[in-house]
Amino acid sequence: MQVVVSVRRYNPEDRGTPSYWQEYGLEVEENASVLDSLIKIREEVDGSLALRCSCRSAICGSCAMRINGHAKLACNTKLSDVAGEDGKVTVEPAGVMPVVKDLVVDQTMFWDKVRQVSPWLQPEGPEPEAEYLAPNSDMTHLAGVMACIMCGACVSDCTVLEMDENFIGPAALAKAYRFAADPRDAEDRSRLATLSEYSGIWDCTRCFECVEVCPKGVAPMDRIMSLRDRAMERGYDKTYGARHTDAFEESVTHSGRLDELRLPIKTFGFFNLPALMNMAPVGLRALLRGKMPPIFHRSVPGVKKVRQLVKSVKAQQRGE
Amino acid sequence: MRAAIAAHQSGATVAIISKVHPVRSHSNAAQGGINAALTDRGDTWEDHAFDTIKGSDYLGDQDAIEYMCSEAGSELISLEHMGVIFNRDDEGRLGTRAFGGQQRARTFFVADFTGQAILHVLYEQLMKSDIRVYEEWFVLSLIIEDGACCGVTALEISTGRVYVIRAKTVILCTGGLGRLFEPSTNALIVTGDGIALAYQSGAPLMDMEMVQYHPTTLKGSGVLITEGARGEGAHLLNSDGERFMERYAPNMMELASRDVVSRSEQTEIAAGRGIDGCVLLDCRHLGEPLIRERLSQIYEIGLDFAGVDITREPIPIRPGMHYLMGGIKTDMDGSTNVPGLYAAGECANVSVHGGNRLGANSLLDTVVFGHRSGNHAAEVARNIPYKDINVAAYAAQEENRFKDLFSRDDGERWSQIRLDLGTEMDRRFGVYRDEAGMKALLKDLEGFKERYERVSVQDKGRVFNTDLVFTLELGFMLDCAEAIVLSGLDRKESRGAHSRTDYPRRDDENWLKHVLVTRAEDGPRLSHLPVTITKWQPEERKY
Repeated sequence: MQVVVSVRRYNPEDRGTPSYWQEYGLEVEENASVLDSLIKIREEVDGSLALRCSCRSAICGSCAMRINGHAKLACNTKLSDVAGEDGKVTVEPAGVMPVVKDLVVDQTMFWDKVRQVSPWLQPEGPEPEAEYLAPNSDMTHLAGVMACIMCGACVSDCTVLEMDENFIGPAALAKAYRFAADPRDAEDRSRLATLSEYSGIWDCTRCFECVEVCPKGVAPMDRIMSLRDRAMERGYDKTYGARHTDAFEESVTHSGRLDELRLPIKTFGFFNLPALMNMAPVGLRALLRGKMPPIFHRSVPGVKKVRQLVKSVKAQQRGE
Repeated sequence: MRAAIAAHQSGATVAIISKVHPVRSHSNAAQGGINAALTDRGDTWEDHAFDTIKGSDYLGDQDAIEYMCSEAGSELISLEHMGVIFNRDDEGRLGTRAFGGQQRARTFFVADFTGQAILHVLYEQLMKSDIRVYEEWFVLSLIIEDGACCGVTALEISTGRVYVIRAKTVILCTGGLGRLFEPSTNALIVTGDGIALAYQSGAPLMDMEMVQYHPTTLKGSGVLITEGARGEGAHLLNSDGERFMERYAPNMMELASRDVVSRSEQTEIAAGRGIDGCVLLDCRHLGEPLIRERLSQIYEIGLDFAGVDITREPIPIRPGMHYLMGGIKTDMDGSTNVPGLYAAGECANVSVHGGNRLGANSLLDTVVFGHRSGNHAAEVARNIPYKDINVAAYAAQEENRFKDLFSRDDGERWSQIRLDLGTEMDRRFGVYRDEAGMKALLKDLEGFKERYERVSVQDKGRVFNTDLVFTLELGFMLDCAEAIVLSGLDRKESRGAHSRTDYPRRDDENWLKHVLVTRAEDGPRLSHLPVTITKWQPEERKY
């Protein structure tokens, strides 16, 4: 198979030279991965091409990079799946993190965020002589999160981190969930309290990007949503995020649809003028573009059915 | 990491130097599990020890094996207490699966990524302890003064700067040397660095001919399919659809020792009962739910790397280079013959695996002896001062070496020499070996070394120069290869993984002993040491 691998190159030692695209035309096997082609370039064509890779089997997490614009592991991405009809595929370093050279990024910030969630088991009381008893279903569930190989694909493509580098981010929050949901961990309460603060679980915008790009099926966003549920259950429901969720639910239950004018008032509180003033430009822009929600909010027809639906979902959640 | 945590808890000031971030290490690839005989399950460490000794083809030192197996339970429990999310049984206790070469199921596991699950938890403990890690620092040499190890020189890969790190004690935990062989199940980073560093510093290497071929690896890439698949009940079939292990190991069948299964496969393939150089691993009868829960990674690997859905069709596999039983000779404390220098894990040879390692004994080896060597190295460090060494001179020495390397433009690159080395090692030092092949290999090695003398680096930069790192690795690989081939030629019998067609039998009278290679001024020197036998006399191995 003939492919053209277009690589985003950057070498800090070539002062003044910004990053640029370099194309490599290669003949590869039908089953070849993107990593195979990069290794071929490195070994046979251009020894200066820098990238990280090791296991070649999607377990070491070294080779996360952007392939055709989205974060993937190069080792388990087949060229035949990503190359266009012209055989072309683009390869860039992972996003969000600063580039060291070519496809190598500095992951310091990634690990700082992981460290931020106190990522170690904190059981209570003296250790038992034998193992902690725990249901297999819980452990199997956690194995789904522990399958995270810390490759950073989710961080690379996180749309929140792109705007706000303070966000703890999908990988670290998934890691936090792994402890909050571990029956052996005794610190879930304090973990959830911390995670409910600014830059934590409520800063996720639910864009699904991390779920999409995770090569191990960890689905970080789903874990963040589970953390939200747990935080609210534990009584951490006074955050804007939690109140926004409550207001959302109340509005839909009441009228079958969102009362967008009341939402910020409910979330921030009627007397929280600074926060409400902050929303004013948003309202103004909506008004100018003709997207202002109606001032008189009306219920949808058949709102009773919506209420019934909400009721039965809640019952299900309670396990009835 | 286990050694670092132990040394830290013993009160030592510890740092880890690693050429990759710790969670990228190759322990990730240990899929199936970790062995331990838990007494509250009716198992005994003596049974585990016997299985290990028999598996080793009686080449393992029985005192070391006794220690490993008797410590296994507490080491396993401490991993669980640290947070490893082991699979459970119905009562919520740790659950087991069957593994090869063992009479009972004593392999504890996390789906089929046990190594990764343990590695990441050890890294969590490292973060908790705030142990300094020099990530992506490549060790260039060990500093030996007055016969003792007192530090290392290292390259910071991200900047290309050379540093000298002083230490009272140094523990090598650098893993194996799989990439000497092409193909291999091993990650690209597994290049025998630590083994070569010790060898260059005068520490003897022991039983280096004991190279394990894993029975189930993918053709071409050599990617590993866990023994756990057979542990869960998968069958091996030849081209006639026959479960051929019936003829080689009628009792244990697919779960005989790895050397036995690999030889059987190779024999089937050689007899024309293979399919395109492979035999088949059949998981279909295990059913999709079990495969999805317990062999999830293998299911993905089948799809991604072989294009096979293992729930629907058998997957072609072949024996592939996997593990080094041999390594730097150490005692049970991890001490090598060089004072201040320790080794633990695959780079070391205590020896607990002898001629053939049992599946799921490698993770155990790393944590048990990592723990013990960490304690011991910390204890020794407490009672000795730092040596006053000439830091600038050591740094200059390495800088000069780089200058020389960078100045050459006419030589070959590392990649061609490495490929030729791997191809020849696979061809001449495969599942079966003989005198003529190994002698030819030794001659080839001379040629590779000459080519390496003239090697040139294409990337002349300093920042993240992997071209330079791979070139340096190749030097380590060539040293390791020399030790392997010399040991292989020396051992004139077939034992464990060392199957010689010209000496097809085990010869306890002459060869129930370890083969050691030491680099002296006048070149490599071979010597022998007796095997420690406590209570298990050598018997014929039947599975």
